[in-house]
Amino acid sequence: MTSTSKDPVLVVLQLTGGNDYLNTVVPYTNPLYKDNRPTVVIPDDQVIPIDDKVGFHPRMGPVKNIYDRGDMAIIHGVGYSDSPRSHFRSMDIWHTCEPDKLGTEGWLGRATREIDPNKENVLTAVAFGASLFRALVLPGVPVAVVDDLDTYGLLPGISEQQQRTRMLERFARLYSPVMGSGPVMDYLGQTGLDTLKGADILKEAPKMYSSSIEYPNTVLAKRLKGIAQIHMADFGTRVFYVDHGSFDSHSNQMDMHDKLWKDVSEGVECFFDDLREHGVADNVIMLMFTEFGRRTRDNGSGTDHGAGGVSFVLGDRVKGGQYSEYPSMEDRDLEQGDVVPNHDFRGVYSTILEDWMGLDAKPIVEGNFEKLPFLG
Amino acid sequence: MADQDIALMAHLMRRAGFGATREELEARAAKGYEATVEELLDTEEHGPLDQLDMMRYHPWAWRPGTLPGMGAAEWLHDMINTQRPLEEKMALFWHQVFATGVSKVDHYEDVMGMIVKFREKGMGDYRELLIEMAKDPAMIYWLDNCENHSTAVNENWGRELLELFSMGVGNYTEVDVRECSRAFTGWSILPRLPRGPIGRHDWFFEYREEDHDDGEKTFLGETGNFNGEDIIRIICEQPATARFIARHLYNFFVADEAQVPAWSVTPPVDPEAVDLLADTLVESGYDIRSTLRVLFNSDFFKNARFAHLKSPVEVVVGTLRLVGGAEFPAPGIGDLSRQPGYMGQDLLNPPSVEGWHTGAEWINSGSLMRRVNFTADLVGDPARPGIKALMERLKVQGERSPGKVVDSCLDLMGPLEVNPESRDALIGYVEEVGDFGWDGADQVEASMTRVSELLQLIVAMREYQYA
Repeated sequence: MTSTSKDPVLVVLQLTGGNDYLNTVVPYTNPLYKDNRPTVVIPDDQVIPIDDKVGFHPRMGPVKNIYDRGDMAIIHGVGYSDSPRSHFRSMDIWHTCEPDKLGTEGWLGRATREIDPNKENVLTAVAFGASLFRALVLPGVPVAVVDDLDTYGLLPGISEQQQRTRMLERFARLYSPVMGSGPVMDYLGQTGLDTLKGADILKEAPKMYSSSIEYPNTVLAKRLKGIAQIHMADFGTRVFYVDHGSFDSHSNQMDMHDKLWKDVSEGVECFFDDLREHGVADNVIMLMFTEFGRRTRDNGSGTDHGAGGVSFVLGDRVKGGQYSEYPSMEDRDLEQGDVVPNHDFRGVYSTILEDWMGLDAKPIVEGNFEKLPFLG
Repeated sequence: MADQDIALMAHLMRRAGFGATREELEARAAKGYEATVEELLDTEEHGPLDQLDMMRYHPWAWRPGTLPGMGAAEWLHDMINTQRPLEEKMALFWHQVFATGVSKVDHYEDVMGMIVKFREKGMGDYRELLIEMAKDPAMIYWLDNCENHSTAVNENWGRELLELFSMGVGNYTEVDVRECSRAFTGWSILPRLPRGPIGRHDWFFEYREEDHDDGEKTFLGETGNFNGEDIIRIICEQPATARFIARHLYNFFVADEAQVPAWSVTPPVDPEAVDLLADTLVESGYDIRSTLRVLFNSDFFKNARFAHLKSPVEVVVGTLRLVGGAEFPAPGIGDLSRQPGYMGQDLLNPPSVEGWHTGAEWINSGSLMRRVNFTADLVGDPARPGIKALMERLKVQGERSPGKVVDSCLDLMGPLEVNPESRDALIGYVEEVGDFGWDGADQVEASMTRVSELLQLIVAMREYQYA
């Protein structure tokens, strides 16, 4: 593996729960928007205009700054046909690129295998969260799953450092190869040592880091800061994954969505400011996606599960602007009350894989899908 | 009581249940091995758990889908506290075979309904269970049999019935899949009402005569105007079916096999054992209870100690039963029930109809770290009743030498069998500080702290991942 600090890096921020497209990129001058949204509506004077047709949610000011720099692509109408409108199923489809059957291999698991086929780096892919996202699952591909970088590692429950060091030394011995103990014991041993090695490396990241950026005190910001720290520490991580939510706003959407987008926008702005301050922003892009948009018509206090959604790609090397088209909200064009996706999510993946990561997208997303020129 | 009796009883309880405390092992060993097998098989001997208990303290367990993360809480509570460990273990077995998940069904109650059926029928006649599954609403939706019409055949259920639930690939043709699917046309579910304020409404099985293809079918060499029941009867007359179920039982209870899709090309680890179980199934009229009796009393079972890599559920439930303190559904049970998912086995939500890949495939860096950290936290908690009892025994034993304390701990935590290298590593660890002392409060406290570290290292070992 020829790893240099300028290898392209992808950060995925998953907006879990189904983010409301219409109130994120608001079609504020389209009368159908207000017709469909008697209560869950953003008043004109609060919309942050992008152009004379659409504008951002009022809490997306920090993201608008990135857009204004020309570093943010808005990709309209992203999804796939026949939305099942189930969180689990839809997320699985995004994770595995298998809309017709239950897939088990994650698209980023496959990408990670392509990047590091000989598993030379146990940190090629790092996920922040409580569990391994299916997008990263692929047998044999190591992924470090970090909950909290400050406490990451084996036996975090042991608070006394000297004692913990002694125990981890012993752990390494307990996982060292033993002649004739069989392939499964060997595999367990290798995995244990990889885990220990990954944890050992990762714990150095916060120590090497200093920054003038003050991230807000949210779980997401803490995780984004962790990603920034690992990226700056130059461990060769190429794929980061993190999620935030829940965006499942069936009721009380206005307050809920405000808080969600405040947290996301502020966290993301700090993240990119941090990278720029340290001069390490130009090889990082971030994909923000959600498993589906929400119903066009509101339900009186929230919105139900829908189909077409919006994705964003951000980064210094991104060609900012709007891509694809805002799907029609005319009654005759809706499917089961939802705006219909007009850009397949696998096209977004393909653009990123080929035009950013330098990989062949076809075997990863299982097919040819229309790409968009947001990466030049 | 001979140590070997305890070791064998611990093996039985790890496999036929989710492990047991030393006190329980001693009581059972005193009754005898065969008597314990009979007690495990006779689910009537002990009452079922009070299902209202969870609901009393966690009302949302009634409709767990309405509160994220509560989906499997009730089942986890049952597995920890059941007085019928084999019944619950068999429910897990069938859940891993008839793998059906909320990822598509999107309704925990329907999937949990299958678990209830596994408890009721999981040790009875497998043929009845198959018919029950063919009529199960979650299964019907999961495998699209509600889209299987006389005018437009959908083969999803028909294929999986043959491939994953009865015979295994290589024992039927594509024509058989087609004919089998035709026989199940009209086996559908009542239309579901739209989502309500507390989640989805339950489904019910519905047989639609007018949507059933009553024409002639030729399936596995037999011809007739078959319906679904006929297909299941013919399937169960095939030797392949008994062998397939026998191999599943062997893989789950005895020793890790290749992954299921490889069974048509990879011979069993122990062909004679699988033959014996298959013969028992046939001779007993597919009585699972009779087959389990033969299995647990066989030498191949008794000799298979630690030949099975624990599933995440076995890690979580087994460790909780060992350390105790989870008898009451305290707050946090939802988080506990997500632990197996963090380790790769999201209960009630298998990755696909193929179920989970087992054995070594349970392990990756994230899942291993989860296993180690979760179990180390539990055994490192001196307030847990099981840990208190263990410390009490060590105090009474009063052993001072590192070697003897390590051996005692390995014994009381299992008994566990470990590589000599691992044992040496543990002894080396405690030797760095020297002998243990048990005289006076200060010495006892210092020794207990050291034992606590030792227990955490023991569950962190590779060997602890085996059952």
